[in-house]
Amino acid sequence: MTGKYFGNPIKRLEDKQLLTGNAKYIDDIEVPGQLHAAFLRSDFAHARILKIDVSEALKRPGVVAVYTAEDFGDFWKPGPLQVPPPTAIPGSKFNARTLVPIAKDKIRYSGEVLAVVIAESRYIAEDAFDDIIVDVESLPAVVDLEKAWEDSSVLVHDDLPSNMAALVTQEVGNYEEAKKKADVVVARRMLIEHVAGAAMENRGFLASWDDQNQVMTIWANTQSPLTVRGSVSRALGLAESQVHVITPAIGGGFGPKVMTSLTDDVLLPWISKQLKRPIKWVEDRRENFLATTSERDQVHHCEIALKKDGTILGFKDVFYHNTGAYDSYGMTVPLNTQTHIISNYRVPNFYTQIRMVFTNQMVVTPVRGAGRSEGVFAMERMLDFAAKEMGLSPIEIRRKNLLRADELPLATGITGQDFVKNTLDSGDYLGNFEKCLQAIEYDKFIKETQPKAQKEGKRLGIGVVAFTEGTAVGPYEGCKVTVSTSGKVTMTTGYSSQGQAHYTVFAQIIADQLNVKVEDVKVITGDTNHFAWGAGTFASRGATLVGTAALLASQKVRAKIFSTASKALGVPEDQVELGEGSVSIKGKPDSAIPLGTLAAMANPMRGVIEPGVEPGLEATAYYGPPHGSTGCGAMGVILSIDEETCKPVLEKMVIVDDCGTMINPLIVDGQLQGGISMGIGNTLYERLVYDENGQLLTASFMDYLMPLATDMPKKLEIIHNHAESSLKLNPLGIKGVGEAGAIPPGPAIVQAIEDAFADKGVEILETNLSPSSIYGYLKKVEHK
Amino acid sequence: MKPVNFDYYAPSSVDEALDTLAELGYDGKVLAGGQSLIAAMNFRMARPSALVDLNNVAELSYIKPTADGGLAIGTMTRVSTVEHNQDVIQRFPLLVEVAKFIAHPQIRRRGTFGGAIAHADPAGQLPSISMVMNMQALIKGKGTERWVAAPDLIIGPFMTVIEPNEMLAELVIKPHPPRTGAKYVQVSRQSGGYAQSAVASIVTLDENEICKDVHMVLMSVAEVPILSEKAREILIGNKPSKDAIEAVAEAASTSEIDPASDLHASADYRRSITRVLIVRSLTEAFERAKRGGK
Repeated sequence: MTGKYFGNPIKRLEDKQLLTGNAKYIDDIEVPGQLHAAFLRSDFAHARILKIDVSEALKRPGVVAVYTAEDFGDFWKPGPLQVPPPTAIPGSKFNARTLVPIAKDKIRYSGEVLAVVIAESRYIAEDAFDDIIVDVESLPAVVDLEKAWEDSSVLVHDDLPSNMAALVTQEVGNYEEAKKKADVVVARRMLIEHVAGAAMENRGFLASWDDQNQVMTIWANTQSPLTVRGSVSRALGLAESQVHVITPAIGGGFGPKVMTSLTDDVLLPWISKQLKRPIKWVEDRRENFLATTSERDQVHHCEIALKKDGTILGFKDVFYHNTGAYDSYGMTVPLNTQTHIISNYRVPNFYTQIRMVFTNQMVVTPVRGAGRSEGVFAMERMLDFAAKEMGLSPIEIRRKNLLRADELPLATGITGQDFVKNTLDSGDYLGNFEKCLQAIEYDKFIKETQPKAQKEGKRLGIGVVAFTEGTAVGPYEGCKVTVSTSGKVTMTTGYSSQGQAHYTVFAQIIADQLNVKVEDVKVITGDTNHFAWGAGTFASRGATLVGTAALLASQKVRAKIFSTASKALGVPEDQVELGEGSVSIKGKPDSAIPLGTLAAMANPMRGVIEPGVEPGLEATAYYGPPHGSTGCGAMGVILSIDEETCKPVLEKMVIVDDCGTMINPLIVDGQLQGGISMGIGNTLYERLVYDENGQLLTASFMDYLMPLATDMPKKLEIIHNHAESSLKLNPLGIKGVGEAGAIPPGPAIVQAIEDAFADKGVEILETNLSPSSIYGYLKKVEHK
Repeated sequence: MKPVNFDYYAPSSVDEALDTLAELGYDGKVLAGGQSLIAAMNFRMARPSALVDLNNVAELSYIKPTADGGLAIGTMTRVSTVEHNQDVIQRFPLLVEVAKFIAHPQIRRRGTFGGAIAHADPAGQLPSISMVMNMQALIKGKGTERWVAAPDLIIGPFMTVIEPNEMLAELVIKPHPPRTGAKYVQVSRQSGGYAQSAVASIVTLDENEICKDVHMVLMSVAEVPILSEKAREILIGNKPSKDAIEAVAEAASTSEIDPASDLHASADYRRSITRVLIVRSLTEAFERAKRGGK
């Protein structure tokens, strides 16, 4: 389906505002009478609170109030489970220990909030930290995932018998039986490093209680404004109509902004109501690193069983997943890992176990990639190790096992993050891989380029991997489309936007249906007074769910345009022509009625409208898919590496991606580029490091390295390979693409680095590499 | 990440600045480009009770050729100005080569030449370069003036001999003798990032291709930048052969440095790349010396 706008690479409508510095972010919002909050955070990762004395802080000029847990009385309680436990999986165990808004009795991670200071300025609020005396009894910190799992470990939650947050086992076929028949079994332990979401803009929250109107207005740069509205209204005993959540312009989400029940969204509305003053809090970068959520951090124990010819008979992966100190976000991340381990390949027997463990670290929730990259890494690396052991090329082993287009749809039997059994709906997984090999010129590289470079004393390496991206999970999203009497069109949705070009892509869909100019469609996202139904921005689901709802709503409006025009023009509907911005009788352009006028006719000030007809040119629609849709693709990397300094340079990357029909190829490319930069960052630069005391050593951009423009590959080729079988799950045939780019760079780059040192037999068992750690790997094999 | 309260002074002349510093004594802190100080204040690691901002003191920003063929650089000259100045490009291309490695263009537009040296960050490029070039630092106080050679200026990490009531006013670089070549090399994880190790060498050859003089600084591999003695011992009076350069690399990387392990590199790795960088730096510096410094 291609229209005037749909499918075309039009430029983003929101960019002018963003690029000229005219977008209004949360820190730009000033409400008269506004006070500022600052959170005193714990330096200890694990400790018992003996006493917190705030009396001196209260004496400081400009300080209005200081709160510790006791001051909140009955209002203090552990937060809700934002995602329910995985009851859909038989036998699964889940210990819910949800986030508390402020530490009481016990501190469970470094950065947990101990006191909230409210002052006339943020400066004064931070000054007051010096006045607060915190007396604690320090406890040993639980940091290492595997040790934390042992019965002998110190406990993060004293009322639990162990640090087990969850234990979920899923099996299809029978792995142990398959293993008995295998010619080769390869086992490895691999580390998936801990990384941050690190959006350009940190979190922010402004709560303003209007005592006259009894309304709480909240500005929050959240990915889930409706969750915030629900939780605030429940906590304060208000009707949802008394809580108005507005998302201003947001500088990136990447996952952590989906999290609620943190200090800001729980306590600030309560404080605003108490003090009858607006309270603003804008997180600083140190807080973001310390205390907002992060992701990855798994230890995988994998086994792959194969026939002599490389055919996979079975795969086993028991992995530890760090959930941090609390598990309010349930099991989304490790369940994504479980589904993605086997989602590219024919694996008849699969055993997988999640050992989700509490530690004295910040909470883990989805970050772009969100468990998928971990699963893909585990499988791709195991294929590399197996290929090496069997003397096969990494290409051969993948060709043999990749799913072909005619094998889909395929039910994998593994339940995913949406608690629905995973179905690989469509795509040509093997075809993607072959296209990638061609584009990266794999054969030429192996036969000519690499040997030639080697003769010149240069080391080059190549890596090629396959991936899938589970996207567009339910439950549903919706929107309302309205034609104004000015002829302009407004679309409102509960979905919130953090830079994904929603203002452009939704407008493209609607503009084609209503035959208006795309710039005449105004999209309003994430304002609960405009539209109050939906789940939130996550799992690459906006284009598919909201996009389809936009199609359905605008189709209803289109039908109404025709029925209204038929009456106005006095001709049957099939004689009505919808021109750009107007309706007319076919063949009689003089009869044209502007769309705005028609909208006014549909909402008459006198006279009557017929029973059963709703006023206006307006319609609401919802869309929920039966299950998520799976994007797929392949990635190839060629890199060079200086043997003496071990510094890799990405010479060329190719990504082949199938995200179904594209609403806007320019925006799809942007999503892929952004994702790839994140994948590169995760592999070569970014790493959250905790020491043995649970102290985060990387709480600034001086120590936590973000990928830069200069770290991008010298060449990047993007190939769209939409399978003929294209998705029939939704009317537009769309799959998500928000996370695709972030998934394959890890295993592809690591494979390429191993390849560059193939003669030395280097084997890499982790996701994150620095020149120094590559040097360490080389030293290890030299000393063997 | 907001600084503690501080008083702010913005003098418009050197005399006014020195008066203010004299008055403030230990409470005063000079603000130059602010690329390190402001961040440290936001983290509340630095808590000066008063800032004396030199950004309005126009007379501290200049690059003047000296009669002997060297240069005098005013302390408030922006790094980017140095980077693009024709006299610097002609006379001391090493400075231009180094400047490209200092953070990013936006930071070089704000950061100052003298500010970076006075900050004496052991991981900063300019303190090391001031040492290897033996820059002469003019330190002014109210009614006082003294000259200190850069190697004596920096006495520890973030420590110099500049007193609280004084400021660094100017840096003078003497011209290189003929047949002098220089080369800066570094390994950092990212462009514009902190170096895990860096080496700058300035070498002079006589007409018989014998090494007449050598200055080599090793950066980010000890508490302070190290001026290599081994390089002088091994090379001066000798032909800078591949073997001789290898010998310097071996001796300096094993005995002159004391690299630490941190998040970005192990001590072992730092030692190993320092050895590599010494070879690369000296080899190219001697090549450039042969070509008359080009």
